[in-house]
Order: sequence, then C-alpha cells, then structure tokens
Amino acid sequence: MDAIGLGYIGIGLGAGICLYGAAAGIGKLASAALEGGARQPEAIGPLQTMMIIPAAMIEGLGLLALVIALLAVLSLNKGVPVAGGGAPAAVEHAQ
Amino acid sequence: MNFEHILEHHLIDKILIGPWFVYHGMWYGDDPIGLTRNMVMMTIVAVVLTAMLLFAAHGRGRAALLLRTGLEAVILYIRDVIVHPIFHERTDAYLPYFLTLFMFLFLCNILGLIPFATTVTGNVAVTGALAFCTFMFIQYAGIREQGLFSYIKHLAPSGMPAWVLIIMYPIEILGMGVKCVALTIRLFANMIAGHIVSLAFLSLIFIFAEMVKWLGLAVSPVAVGLALFVYLLDVLVSVLQAYIFTMLTALFVGAAVHPH
Repeated sequence: MDAIGLGYIGIGLGAGICLYGAAAGIGKLASAALEGGARQPEAIGPLQTMMIIPAAMIEGLGLLALVIALLAVLSLNKGVPVAGGGAPAAVEHAQ
Repeated sequence: MNFEHILEHHLIDKILIGPWFVYHGMWYGDDPIGLTRNMVMMTIVAVVLTAMLLFAAHGRGRAALLLRTGLEAVILYIRDVIVHPIFHERTDAYLPYFLTLFMFLFLCNILGLIPFATTVTGNVAVTGALAFCTFMFIQYAGIREQGLFSYIKHLAPSGMPAWVLIIMYPIEILGMGVKCVALTIRLFANMIAGHIVSLAFLSLIFIFAEMVKWLGLAVSPVAVGLALFVYLLDVLVSVLQAYIFTMLTALFVGAAVHPH
C-alpha cells in the first residue's frame, strides 16, 4: 500500500471525528432545550430562540473542519493520477 | 468527466464568456481580470432587492399590500428580537445596517439556489468582505459610542490584577479577529457544503453509468430524490445562516457599544 493512501485514510478519519464532536455537542444542546420545554411549556419560545445561536456556532466549527478536509483531499489529489484527469484549476485557485 | 471537474466548473468564480468581458490590460500575475459571474450575480441581487423594497414601500394595490405585509413581519422580527434587546435606546441608529445585511444575505443565499445562478456567498472572498465590514463596524460603533480611550480601556474586563491584564489585551484583540474569521468560514462553508453534496449525489448517476450503462438510469430516481432532499435542506440553511450572521454581528456590535 502506498503511503499516500494513508493520507486519504487520515483525512477521512479526521473529518469523521470532527463531525462526531459537532453532532455530540448539538445533540446535547437539543436535548437540554427539549427537556426544558417539557418541564415548562410556556418557555418553549425563548428556549427555541436561544437554541439556534449555539447550534449555528457549533455547526460552523464542524463545517470549518470539513472545509479543511476538502482542501487537504484536493491537494493530495495533485500527486496522484486521478481517474479522468484531475482539475488543476480547482487546486491552485481553490476558492 | 470527473467529480473535481464538475466541482470546479460549477463552484469556482470565472470570468464570463471568454475574451469579451476581460478588462484588457489588467492582470493578476498570469491570470486576466474581468467581469465574473459573482459580480453579475451581486448586481442582480441588488437590483432585485431595490425593486422589491421600493415596490413594497410605495406600491398601491393588492400585490404591494401583500408584499408589504410579508416584509413587515420580517423587518419587525429583526427590530424587536435582534436589534432592540441589544441596543435599547440606540435601535434606530443601527437598524438600517442590520436590515440591509439581513436582506442582502437572505436574497443572495436564496437566489443562489436557482439553476444557472451562482451563490455569491459561496465564495470566501465575499463572506470575508462582509465579515470585514462587521469588524470595521464594531470599531466604529465602539469608538463613536464610548470615545477612543474608554473603548480601548473597556476591551478587557475590569477588576483584574495587572499581570492578567497584560495577557487579556492581546487575547481580546485576537478574539475580535477570530470571531470575524469564524463568521466568514461559517457562512461560506454552509453555502458551499449544500452545493457540493447536491452535486455529489447527482454525480452518482454518472459514476454508476460508467460501470454499467443501464445502472445509471436505474439509480437516477434515487439520486435525484436525495439531491432534492439536500436542496430543501439548503433552503432552510440559507435562511438560518442569514439570520445567524445578522444576530452575531448585532451581538458583537452590542458588546462594543455597551461593554457591560
């Protein structure tokens, strides 16, 4: 097995672990909001408003990790003969 | 045909149609500079936004009344839920910026979902420029409300020993920059991820078709259904990300205006 294959495995594992962290955080937040709403149904409105902001911030972090993983995969593809030809402009002028 | 080719063709900003729209004589190293798809899309969004708001504000008749009622719900929500709880008596001074920001981001995100239109906020330069506007607005609002010395003095929380303050000031200044970078990446990644996943599901058809010809046909209902589901999720994410960007900008500016 070429050493560059380990690079791809590493990127996949990294992206998966980051997503697990983001999903665990948002799940804990959602469960706390649901529990508070179940105890006190008249607090559901403010709870919903307050739940959206931390959810978006945690999701921002998770997506940041995914963007880094995508950049790493695109730059790993530079050194590998990709089926159908790589896209050099996608790597050099990435975003 | 390659997934990377498809991504590069659809998601990266390019000069429109060849040599006609190139600004002759302007070069960025080896690459020409010209009118790009993002520039045209931003102009379209600005024209649509201006036309819609002028029609809602000054139109007579049923259609204008309906549009006015709908827009009023959104505008009152932004004023009463986002801006007023943060800037209590200075709401009217800061409301136009936040309304502009929200309507521009909302229309950019939504209009980017139409086929043959580009998502302007899916480019890190555009969201970086918006976050830079937020950064400058934080400094401007803080200095205007408190004066220069009071603003710098209130960057770090008060009531701490001197050696903690020496560490706190660089951390606070760095934190301001990091918060704006997080704003950039959050909006950009959310918009681009929706498009990449849609394109990935639709590329499944071509991947299967390269192996066996009729497998491509067989998998296309599934692939189109999945892409449609992600597309609907993208509509929700567009609205949510516009709201989040506006809300976080209001929070940061409010923290600069009232440091307690």
